[in-house]
Amino acid sequence: MTRSQEFTQGARDMLPMLLGAIPFGIIFGSLAGAAGLTPWQTIGMSLLVFAGSAQFIAISLLGAGVGLAVLLLTTLVVNLRHALYSASLQPHVRHLPKRWRMPLAFWLTDEAYAVVLHRYAVSDTSPNKHWYFLGAALAMYLNWQLCTLVGVVFGQSVPNLGAWGLDFAMLATFIGIVVPMLRNRPQVAAALVAAAVALACHDLPYKLGLLAAAFSGILVGVVLERRAAFMVEEVV
Amino acid sequence: MENWVLILGMLAITFSIRYSLFAFPDLRFAPVVRQGLHYVPTAVLTAIVVPGMLLPDGEHWQLSLDNAYLLAGLAAIAIAALTRHLLATIGGGLLVFFLLRWALGQLPI
Repeated sequence: MTRSQEFTQGARDMLPMLLGAIPFGIIFGSLAGAAGLTPWQTIGMSLLVFAGSAQFIAISLLGAGVGLAVLLLTTLVVNLRHALYSASLQPHVRHLPKRWRMPLAFWLTDEAYAVVLHRYAVSDTSPNKHWYFLGAALAMYLNWQLCTLVGVVFGQSVPNLGAWGLDFAMLATFIGIVVPMLRNRPQVAAALVAAAVALACHDLPYKLGLLAAAFSGILVGVVLERRAAFMVEEVV
Repeated sequence: MENWVLILGMLAITFSIRYSLFAFPDLRFAPVVRQGLHYVPTAVLTAIVVPGMLLPDGEHWQLSLDNAYLLAGLAAIAIAALTRHLLATIGGGLLVFFLLRWALGQLPI
């Protein structure tokens, strides 16, 4: 396929992801003001950070008066999964010059990762697959900016928006991402432990319960996975 | 001003993570780190969702049948488990959520 065909196909394959992100982006734009961000800061966060979950968590923590260090540490934990995506896609982009690798890394979201990996898994020899990556990534980026803008404008004209409980869209989105991941015992255990610790620690200052829950869940998942692998070895 | 520091800090952290292996083609994580990263989305997102359902305001337990966050959250979990479809989960979950909020008279209308 030509460069422009790859680019267009990448953008087109992102459509379901764009639809899924629309309520997310609009709600972010409309809720950020209540957390203390100005409209320009809200737009700036979407333009510069471009990480939905981290942005949501940042404004929810910001609204609760959490300090900068915990906010940045939380951003680190929440976005750690992107290092896996970076590792996974790296063999496909290592031949590209830095001027390609840097922007593609900046636009590496959960959604783009899933769609782009699928494209790279197709065993044709197209030399333009990075244009597919670019198309998918840019579609997600422009969609996110547009939704943030709509949220900022709409949120200001309808002051009662918060009372609608639109924030549930975030919970539904996270549920839709997490539940299909719970395919084996370590993943289920990680989720259960994270939930239990988060509930037990919900009144810790600076929402440190979230960090405690995350690290507990990760630890339990790794321990169980290693134990399962060890037991398979013993049986064999 | 402090908000811009936050935004630039988040930019630096997020970009560094995403660029980590694109920047160093020969670097590889140890297997145990790789395994750990595999559980980050499950652990972090669950740690946000479950309190969000049981303590919608972040402070008070609401283990009651007029808690739409809890009931619609359970419905969304069921939809996700059955369909494994993100859009169906979001759409179905929101539908149940707003029908419940409407029926319970919790909408500002």
